[in-house]
Amino acid sequence: MSVTRSGPLPTGREAEYDVVVVGAGVVGCAIARALARHPLRVALVEAANDVGDGTSKANTAILHTGFDAAPGTLEARLVREGHRLLGAFAGEAGIPVEPLGALLVAWDEQQLATLPRLVEKAERNGHHTTRMLSADELRSREPHLGPGALAALAVPGESVVCPWTTTLAYATQAVRSGVDLHLGCRVEKVRTGDPWHRLVTRRGELRTRHLVNACGLHADAFDALLDRRDFTVTPRRGQLLVFDKFARDLVRHILLPVPGPLGKGVLVSPTVYGNVMLGPTAEDLDDKTATGTTAEGLADLREQGGRILPALLDEEVTAVYAGLRAATGQEDYRCAAHPSLRYVTVGGIRSTGLTASLALAEHVLGLLADCGLEPGPERPLAPVRMPNLGEAFPRPYRDAELIATDPEFGSIVCHCERVTRGEIRDAYASTIPPAGPDGLRRRTRARGGRCQGHFCGAELRALSEEYGRGAR
Amino acid sequence: MSRVVDVLVVGAGPAGLAAAARLAAAGAGRVEVLERERTAGGVPRHCGHPGFGADHRGRPLDGPAFARRAVRAALRGGAVVRTGVSATGWAGPLTLDVTAPTGLERIRAHAVVLATGARERPRSARLVPGSRPAGVLTTGELQQTVRLFGPSGALRGRVGRRAVVVGGEPVTRHAVRTLRAAGVEVAAVVTELPRAATGFGAVPVLTRTVVAELLGRGRLTGVAVRGRDGRTSVLRCDTVVFTGDWIPDHELARARGLAPAPGTRGPVTDGAHRTVEPGVFAVGNLLHGVEPAPVAAAEGRAVAAAVLDLLAGLPAHATGVPVVTAGPVRWVTPGLLGPAAVPLLVRPDRRLVRPVLTVAQEGVPLRRERLRGELVPWRSVRLGPEWTSGVDPAGGPVVIGAEECPETA
Repeated sequence: MSVTRSGPLPTGREAEYDVVVVGAGVVGCAIARALARHPLRVALVEAANDVGDGTSKANTAILHTGFDAAPGTLEARLVREGHRLLGAFAGEAGIPVEPLGALLVAWDEQQLATLPRLVEKAERNGHHTTRMLSADELRSREPHLGPGALAALAVPGESVVCPWTTTLAYATQAVRSGVDLHLGCRVEKVRTGDPWHRLVTRRGELRTRHLVNACGLHADAFDALLDRRDFTVTPRRGQLLVFDKFARDLVRHILLPVPGPLGKGVLVSPTVYGNVMLGPTAEDLDDKTATGTTAEGLADLREQGGRILPALLDEEVTAVYAGLRAATGQEDYRCAAHPSLRYVTVGGIRSTGLTASLALAEHVLGLLADCGLEPGPERPLAPVRMPNLGEAFPRPYRDAELIATDPEFGSIVCHCERVTRGEIRDAYASTIPPAGPDGLRRRTRARGGRCQGHFCGAELRALSEEYGRGAR
Repeated sequence: MSRVVDVLVVGAGPAGLAAAARLAAAGAGRVEVLERERTAGGVPRHCGHPGFGADHRGRPLDGPAFARRAVRAALRGGAVVRTGVSATGWAGPLTLDVTAPTGLERIRAHAVVLATGARERPRSARLVPGSRPAGVLTTGELQQTVRLFGPSGALRGRVGRRAVVVGGEPVTRHAVRTLRAAGVEVAAVVTELPRAATGFGAVPVLTRTVVAELLGRGRLTGVAVRGRDGRTSVLRCDTVVFTGDWIPDHELARARGLAPAPGTRGPVTDGAHRTVEPGVFAVGNLLHGVEPAPVAAAEGRAVAAAVLDLLAGLPAHATGVPVVTAGPVRWVTPGLLGPAAVPLLVRPDRRLVRPVLTVAQEGVPLRRERLRGELVPWRSVRLGPEWTSGVDPAGGPVVIGAEECPETA
């Protein structure tokens, strides 16, 4: 087990693996973790300098039930299983999850007419607990809703989750269980061969018997390195606004839009950090790096959000960001085993990848077996318990016992998010330390609050330099 | 651990320290100041320029000197100033939950004075579109970086080489000077205002201009700006500093149910700095982002009388008629007027030349007076108590308005 970020890759036997997983997003990390249960030499290789640095960090952070998936698809099955698996794992690993339930609010007759069809779809997906709410019931559950809501469909089980901790927990457990994690290591060429594929990176070469493509937005480009051209990934941008914690009391459920001919609409959802999120937009682009926000996108979100929850717009905006989903023009995942290449592609993992991740990993193990991988006996994974970032669970700054044993947990550095020196220090001492301020934020919430570093930015930088040996 | 004190002051900036100094010296009992930062003194600690009043010999004070004197005065008066101690929420009326390296505490007070200050809105709260690169900060972060890492080479490595500064107020000037002193080239000052404050030296000031987009992945590479002609151009830079656009740090006040006033976004108080929550007072830039430190300190001193009244058993929460704004007036404090005539602090929305200020109640003009000179949106005007002397404490809202002199059009 090791984590590398720079310098030459290991050579000789050290550079030989049974399986290399390319892409350390939530899916790649889950696959590496699943492989780590077996006596295999596994590497997880990532172009960025941190895990979860692409789609996995900028999404709507919802643990879906899959009630509205296209019945009979792989996605529908894996989302349903993944919801159960991640729910259980979150409890073990300390990943914050809040099962708030969702309300699909109908604002016009057309949307109202759609709700019974959604109930039926949910039934076909095995979800029998949905319930129609009258306008009055809806109003009593969500008193701050804007005028004009006709009815809603309640979907219990829809939850909010911390996507950063989830990805990091998978990767941490994988590394602690023996997986090598090579960050800052873009695979530029694949020289296929038997028994070894050779992966050429700027930091050196790795050899592997089996290969998994978990490259997310770049899955089509990676496929092309092995001369596979089965699909094209179109980045679909989703811009999101995160509102101040004072908005949290305005909404109790995940408010989902009812899909209709005018588009998918936007959702309003609490976050596990105690904020409220509004978004996403859905813009099909060509540029897989276009994670910028636009004036039009933000204005459009505010307009839609103001209709759903008028008081939301009175609150300050804490963060604005955009993420890219991997659309492939097919209403399902694109998972394929290529036995002759001993290669598995995990593509087209759209907005449900976070939910499905653990089930996807199990599915990929099956596909690898189809490619001839004999994983050997199972063994337990190294235990993992992640620092809690969720508002609904105890945090160090309120933990008297913890502060008594270690006063650093009583010293708040990031005041908006109440992050302590102890948490910052521990993040840098963790299995996969942050590579910069963004990584630190995803591990601790530091600098993620309403002041965005106005008060704490300088001190956080000093602490990062102290604990992280100049990481920036 | 649970304790009781006489007065708990939250925030050891100019207002909080001045309140604590005055109260402790006046025999208010145990006066305890909680400061979440590691040193007391507040924002002036980072402001290495004059503009903070003068010492007894008339020599101008800079921010750090002002801060040191404020801390000394509080301690000399007998107040306890605790740093690195965060008030994280309310456990009940007049009772705060506190986190410190020494552990958790629950402190109950006979009076709580909120003096939590203000912050500059960061890029996200201003809804500036674009990418999310490194190199985007506020004046506050810039100045603290200077204080922590020193003004010269160390800062240049940590801040950047070429900066664009957004804003057109005095604080913008301080950001520009801080950058230049650190060897950072300032490419331009960008402001939506039609006319900016002066003192930017040779730095080009682009007025009526907005930041349309931040550019760059990883590190900022430039900002796209849109000028008054609607055209967009790109200013190359690796750093952008967003200045001004203050919002009170009103978290504790709101957590106690004290709604922010529409203009100031701070809690509403009466002329004696009482909030509507019995025993809870608010002073300084928590009430209005922002006034200079000496003004904040004067508010801190002014709260002492009402706090002492409370400790003596007199009524302790704000009552009165609401004060609201009309026309080109951004905000006014206090937000409630009791029976006693008190001065008003009025902030214009934009530059006004020789404006006529008006006070009216239920449509009846109480006072109407032309001011000399001009008002600017980054400075308040203080109206003496005579402006509110005719207010009917049982009447409707008092409206503060401004009319511009026609010749300025």
